[in-house]
Parts: sequence; structure tokens; C-alpha cells
Amino acid sequence: MRALSIALLAAVLAPLAMLGVPLTAQDSLPPAPYAYTQLEDPALEAQAVELMATLRCLTCQSQNIHDSDAPMAGDMRHQVRSRLAAGEEPEAIRQWLIVRYGDYVSYQPEVSSTTWPLFLVPAIIFGFGLLLLFRRLGRKRSDGEGTDRAPTSEESA
Amino acid sequence: MIAEIGLAALWLAAALAALQLFAGVLALRQNQDEDGELARLVRPAAMVQALLASLAFLMLMWCFAITDLSVKLVAANSHSLKPILYKVTGTWGNHEGSMLLWVAVMAMSGGLIGWLEKRLPVRTMQATLATQGFVALGFYAFLLLSSNPFERLPIPAPEGQGLNPLLQDIGLALHPPTLYIGYVGLSVAFSFAIGALLTRNVTPEFARVMRPWVLGAWVFLTLGITAGSYWAYYELGWGGWWFWDPVENASLMPWLAATALLHSTSVLAARDALRTWTIMLGVVAFSMSMLGTFLVRSGVLTSVHAFAVDPERGSFILALLAIYIGGSLAIFALRAGTVAEGKRFAMTSREGALVFNNVMLSAILGIVLLGTLYPLLTEAFDIRVSVGPPYFNPVSAIFAVPMFLVMAAGPLMRWREDKPARIQLELAIVGAIILGVLAVVAVLGDYSILAILGLALSAGLAIASFMPLRGRKLARVPLATWGMVLAHFGVAVSLFGMASESAFTTERLSAVTAGESQQVAGWNITLESVDPIAGPNWTAMEARVIAQRGKGEASVMVPQARNFWAPAQATSESALLTRWDGQLYAVIGDSAGVDANGNQRWQLRVWWKPFVTFIWYGGLLIALGGALAIIGRVSTDLKRRRAVLRGTEKRAEAEQLKMEKIDGYGTF
Amino acid sequence: MRWTLWIPLGLFVFFLGVAGYQLTQPKDDQIPSAMVEKALPEFELPAAVETMPGASRANFIGGKPKLLNIWASWCLPCIAEAKQLEVLEGQGVEIIGVAIRDKPEDVANFLERYGNPYTRIGKDDISSLMLEIGASGVPETYVIDAEGVIRYQHIGDIRLEHIPLLLEELKKAET
Repeated sequence: MRALSIALLAAVLAPLAMLGVPLTAQDSLPPAPYAYTQLEDPALEAQAVELMATLRCLTCQSQNIHDSDAPMAGDMRHQVRSRLAAGEEPEAIRQWLIVRYGDYVSYQPEVSSTTWPLFLVPAIIFGFGLLLLFRRLGRKRSDGEGTDRAPTSEESA
Repeated sequence: MIAEIGLAALWLAAALAALQLFAGVLALRQNQDEDGELARLVRPAAMVQALLASLAFLMLMWCFAITDLSVKLVAANSHSLKPILYKVTGTWGNHEGSMLLWVAVMAMSGGLIGWLEKRLPVRTMQATLATQGFVALGFYAFLLLSSNPFERLPIPAPEGQGLNPLLQDIGLALHPPTLYIGYVGLSVAFSFAIGALLTRNVTPEFARVMRPWVLGAWVFLTLGITAGSYWAYYELGWGGWWFWDPVENASLMPWLAATALLHSTSVLAARDALRTWTIMLGVVAFSMSMLGTFLVRSGVLTSVHAFAVDPERGSFILALLAIYIGGSLAIFALRAGTVAEGKRFAMTSREGALVFNNVMLSAILGIVLLGTLYPLLTEAFDIRVSVGPPYFNPVSAIFAVPMFLVMAAGPLMRWREDKPARIQLELAIVGAIILGVLAVVAVLGDYSILAILGLALSAGLAIASFMPLRGRKLARVPLATWGMVLAHFGVAVSLFGMASESAFTTERLSAVTAGESQQVAGWNITLESVDPIAGPNWTAMEARVIAQRGKGEASVMVPQARNFWAPAQATSESALLTRWDGQLYAVIGDSAGVDANGNQRWQLRVWWKPFVTFIWYGGLLIALGGALAIIGRVSTDLKRRRAVLRGTEKRAEAEQLKMEKIDGYGTF
Repeated sequence: MRWTLWIPLGLFVFFLGVAGYQLTQPKDDQIPSAMVEKALPEFELPAAVETMPGASRANFIGGKPKLLNIWASWCLPCIAEAKQLEVLEGQGVEIIGVAIRDKPEDVANFLERYGNPYTRIGKDDISSLMLEIGASGVPETYVIDAEGVIRYQHIGDIRLEHIPLLLEELKKAET
């Protein structure tokens, strides 16, 4: 992986670590039953896909478990699908994993003592944007921002 | 010898960059005009530097072409048995080579400006070229002091280590330089912005000079992102095309900033408004390209990626970042107050719409930046969090949705001041389309809100993007306007592709034996056979999959599951079947045991992705629109310049003849 | 001069600080379990080899604190840590193993070649125990006290220098 990555680091966009699964630590058992098998019920399967796309694969790390060939991701898919089939709610399954792995396992940050800035800052940006727009686009066209104005004939005719 | 020539050329180029910087600064200080002794040095320094840096890059390319294994970089990244094409493209397929390509392109842009650009006042040009020299000097220092591409091995290696067929992919060879050219374009825009700020010369003329560079950078960034997204889509084997991964975000952020810069430059050029804002965006756009480089190469964020992590490199880029970005932000803070803000305008005007969308783009940029850097911040406190699509998608949509709405209406409005009533018919049509699609899609199925909004907005935007052409003689519409129309239409096309893919994709995972069939979205998929095949350094299981749509003609798809042995790695080679209304995407996985009759079963994954290709068609349209705009703008500017020149000549003649004052020329 | 113009610079300096600090930090890719200091979840795994019993939560209750070692015969670092596990066993530590996605014959081979420090080995073919206790790879080793509470997590293979550390954690877990 390392040699590949050094050579590839120029590819700024390419999410390299996802490119393949290293073979060094591979087992020979077939994957868990629900790792590569969809649920019968399309509605449940849709819920499963939606949830799996937001859970982080723990061995490949930069991929969600829905998009990974790592055995651990397969086992996590199995957990998600079999728990859904057993009637658990998707959010309960997410919580079950967060209890075990912390916020890291979920790509969907929730408001908590460690993630509040992720939600506060967009609110600030929103407010700041509104303020900026009001100042720039305020109805009174001649109401400039004092210091910003050129002293001479800047006013449009 | 070749490597030594390259190294010498690189050192000389660095010396010339230093000369360019100091001559420029001194000339500015002593208030010299173009004929001052020092000032005369600036332009030639830029031109010769361009030649030397290109020479250095060509020498490295030569080393790679002949596989000179006494050069460390070649030994580490190339191999004598590689096809010549990939030997050459391998020049920039590594850290040192790509940095050299970067400075070479940067020096060539500097040379081009020094040679051709005569529109701006002398002092502004000096300041611009001095800034350009300053930026280049940092990169030369980085190359020469910490990543020398021409380093020799004490004993030449018997063979190179870079025979990795995974990397022998034409898309992968062309994609990085595309992004670099975009980054360099932004660095040129940055130099112009700083030059104009330092000499307090933020004028429409300055905007016109800077615009082609911004447009060019933007076109290349668009192409780079589009290509990278498609590459990830077909290469990673799960049909995803955007992951909000830090490395992807690192390329998206400069694009967002460049998009905003492009539009505010237009306002400045056309209406002499938004001066400080344009300068700020010029600084931000370049900052984002530097930041992206830092994040990708230092490894601070990409612990999850296996990029070459090198703390020394990281520290060097961080130091460059501190000097350039910190310095320019400080200059901005000190000087921006003294730059007049420019002409005012009403909220309901073309400028008003552009300002609104500039703010929205900047907000999205802020969100992406926050989401990308936040895990880095919490890691400093030993807390690990993940920020992914469930965060980026809705939060950026808060700003993107109003942006798309204003984007539909903005080009229809007049400059300075307009009454919404004037374009109420157009607005009503677009509004009706959006609401109609919204209602139809929402009734038809249970799709996510974002997908429904995307579909509706894309339909409205697609129609709206052509409305500026209404009532105009098409033959007389300026090229730049065509560019805008195409680019906006491209955004609608791309948005449609994204929304359609996320709403309508059908997935079918199955374990099948040879001969067994599966149904997915009207396609009949039969696994015909699975056979082992061997490549140069891999073996693979290759499946023959027959895909038939209804009663239509059957097509063969051949996905492979490859196992490489050096380095040991498994990859999926997906097979794609493209139709006008979407793509069928097939991947063969591992063996899935045997069925009751003892037949071997295989994991087969098939997706039908309606209109997914529109994502990248849209990207291409956007880039094409940008290219048209460049051609249009540059040719108009050239014409204008000739007219002015003729005007001045005539004036001189007239003055000579009659010695009386003539007005009216050259005062556009 | 307006102070708002300094906001970008302020934010940038803040970023520089964080990024600079992160550059000096050693890269830590481990994902710690959030289950440390919590009760070991209920589990019951069948035997991984015929010659030894399987493992369940009940096996940890009572007596002295024990080690729970998650490993696999196909995992290379597990070979490296086998010797250290034997040392620990020699010091009187009871180690209960869980083999992840493993075949009985492979497990038996591994034990024969690299030694068998385990009193029991459970068989986990779908990583269910790994997910239950927040493990993200093999090998990982957990200190479980007599009440069945997870007291300490060791990620990666156990090297020589980790042995005293683990012994101390086991001692701490006695109280």
C-alpha cells in the first residue's frame, strides 16, 4: 500500500486508501450471511443501505461500510441487516455502535459536547452572511460603509 | 549529467526568482518607473526564470524517459520495463516531480505575464511580478532544500521499484497536472490581487487582466474534479462518485473559492464594484489550493489515507502557508480599508444576485472547510469524530438551494438596478417548473428531500440558463455570454445527474452460479461464466455477464476481481454499460461457496444508475463554458486594446499636426 | 481600520496553531474502544477447536482478573505476540482467547506451532464479539476484572515492553 500511495500522492483527488484491500491479513472463511446479501423486504433494505452509508468502516477507515470489501465491513453489514430484520430501529443500531466505538464510527455527527461547533459555526456563517447581504444590499443605495467609500466621484450616475 | 543540468537550472531559476522579488520591491520603494535600472530587470527575470524552470522539468522528464536509475527519484518511482508513455507521465507521479511541474508551470505563467501583459500600470505590474517571484521562491526553496528531485544514489539501483500497473492509467496520469495548472492559475490571480492591493490599484482594468487567469484556473479545476470523480466511480467498485473525503474536499475548496472569485471579478470588471471582496477572494482561493496541498501531503488529516507522510515536508508546506497566507491576510487587513469599495448597486440587480451567490458560495466553502478540519481539531484533544455525507449534504444544501434559485434569476437581471416586475414572466415560468417537478417527484415516490429538491432545481435551472438568450440574435450573442449559458446549463445537468443517481439507483447484490439470472430495473443480468485469467503481475477471476434490457440486444460485460502480488492487493475492475439514460455497473466479487447441487457460486453486484453520466457531462459543459468565456473575453480585450492603441496613435498624430487637444479617445 | 478585516487572519493563525501542533504529534491511528470501564457484554461462543472449550461472559466472573485475547491464525502480528502471551501465562495469568473468522484446523495448527497460552478459545465467525466490545482489529487484548468489567484495552500485538504494563493493569483490576 505504501509504495502505491507514495507514487500516487500526486493524485490529489483520488481517495487512495480505498483503492484496494491489502491481502496481508485476509481470512479464508466465507463472509457473514448478510454481508453481501440484501434483505428480502425492499423497505428494510433501503433503510439498511441508508444507515450503512453513514457508518465508518473501522479497518479501512476512510470508507463507509456499504462501500467496502473489508471483512470487518462485511461483518458490520451483517450486524446492521440482521438487527434491522429483527425489528430494531436504524438509529438504535447507530447508537449501539456509538456506545462501542464512540462518535468515530458514525459519519453523521450529532450535537454533543464534542461536536457542537460543527453546528454552531454554520449558524454563525448564516448570520454573518445575512448581515453581509443586508449591509451590501440594504435598500438605501447611498447608505455606504463610510470608510469604504471613495471620496470622489464613485457614486454611480 | 542530465540530472546535474536540471539541478543547476533549478538553482538558477531560484536565483532569478529572488532577483525578480528584490528588483521589484526596490523599484517599488524607489518609485521607479519602467525605465528605472532595477525595474527593467523584473520582466526579463520572469521570462528567463520560465525558461530555466521548464528546462529543469524537461531534464527530469528525460531522466525518467531513459530510466536513469542513478537518480534516486527515478529508481524509486520508475521501472525500465514500463511503457514509454507511463515512464514520461511518471515524472509527475510522485511528490518531487509534481512539485517541479508545479513550479515550472508557475514560472511559465510568470514569464508569460512578464512578456505579454502591458495593460496594467507599471507599479502594479512590478508588485505583481515581485509577488509572483516571492511565491515561486518559496516553492524553489521547498524543492531544493527538502525534496530535491535530482538527488543521485551513491550506487545506481539495478532496477526501479515502480512497475505498478495499477498506476498505469491514463486518467491517473493526466488528472494531477490538470489540478496543478488550476492551482497555478490561482497563484497568478493571487499575485495580481496582492500587486493591486499593494499599489492601491484595484480597478476594472485590473479585473480584466486577472480574469483569464481565474477562468483558466477554474476550467482546469473543474476538469480535474470531474475526472477524479469519474475515476473514483469506476475504480473503487461500489459506484460511489463523491465521498466528502478530506482529499476530495481539498480539491473542491479551491474550486468553490475560484467560482466565487470568477463572479466577483466579473462584477469588478463590468461595474467597478466589489473591490475588497474580489481581493479577499483572490487571497482565499490561493490559500485553499495551498491548504489542500498541505492537507494531502503532510499527512495531518490523512492518517486515514496511506499517503507518504513526512513531517519535514509537512512543516515546510506549513511554513510556506504561514508566510504567504498569513502575510497576505495581514496585508489585506492593513490595506483593504483604504481600497474604495466601488460603485453601489441595488439589491435587485445583476450585481445583487452575484453578491448573494458569492456569499452563498463562501458559506459552502466555510462548511466544507469546517467539516474537513474539524476532525483535525478534535484530535488535538484526543477525541476522534467522523464528519461525512450526512453532515455535508444537508448543511451545504441550506446555502446551495437559495444559491441555485438566485442563479436561475440573476443572469436575467440588469446591472445596477432592476425591477423584478420586468422579468416576472421568466420568473413565473422557472418557478412553475420547479414547483411542478417538485410535486410530481414527491407524489411518485418516497425519495429523500435533497434528491427531490435537486431534481426540481435542476429542471428550473436548465430552462433558466437559456433564458438570457431570449429575444437576442443568436449570431450576435458574445462568446462570453454563451460561455455563461453553457456553464450554468452544465451545473443544472450535473445537479440532475447527482439527484437522479441518489434517488433512482437500484442495487442488486447476489450470489449466483454460472447460468443464473438476476433482474435489476428492467435489465436481465445473466452470469455466463467465470474464468481465471492472468495479467503482467496479477491474476484475476473474469466474469462474462450478459445484460439484456427487456427484449433489446444483449451486451456482454466483463468485470474482474484482480489479485496483484507486488504489492499484494485485491481490486475490483468494474464493468460499465452506458446507455443514454444511465449506466449499468457490474462487479464480480469473491466466490460465495457452493449451492445445493455443488455448483460454484459468485458474488455479483449490479447497479442501474439512471442518468449518472450527467454528473460528468455537466462537469464537461461547465469547463467548456469557461473555455468559451476565456476566448470571448481575451479576444474582446485584445480588440479593445487595439482600438485604444489606434486611438492613442491618432491622438498623437493629431497633436503633432494641429497641436490641439482631442478628447474622446482612450477614456473608456 | 475595521477589526472585521482581521477575522480571516485570526482564524488562519488558529488553524496554523492546530496544524503545527498536530504535525509534532506522533500519528495515532488506533481507535480506542468506548467500552472500557463498562461491563463486558453478554456473549456465548462455541469452541474454536475440538480439544478446548468455547468462551462466554460467565467464564470471566469470579476468581482473578483475566485477559481476553482477540486473535486469528491468519493474522501476522498474532504470531509475533504468541511468545509474550506464553510469558503472561507463565506468570499465572488466565487468558481466554477468541478466534476471529477462523477454521478449526487452522486454529489447531497455529496452537501447535506457536504455543497455546489459552484456557478456552471461542469461535467468532462474524466478528460479533469484536463489535460488542468495540474492537477494531486483531489482535487486541482486554483486561476483565472478576465482576466482568472491562478495565483496560491493549490495541495491536503485545510486545515485551507491554508485559509489565499488562501485569500492572491486571493487578489494578483486582481491586
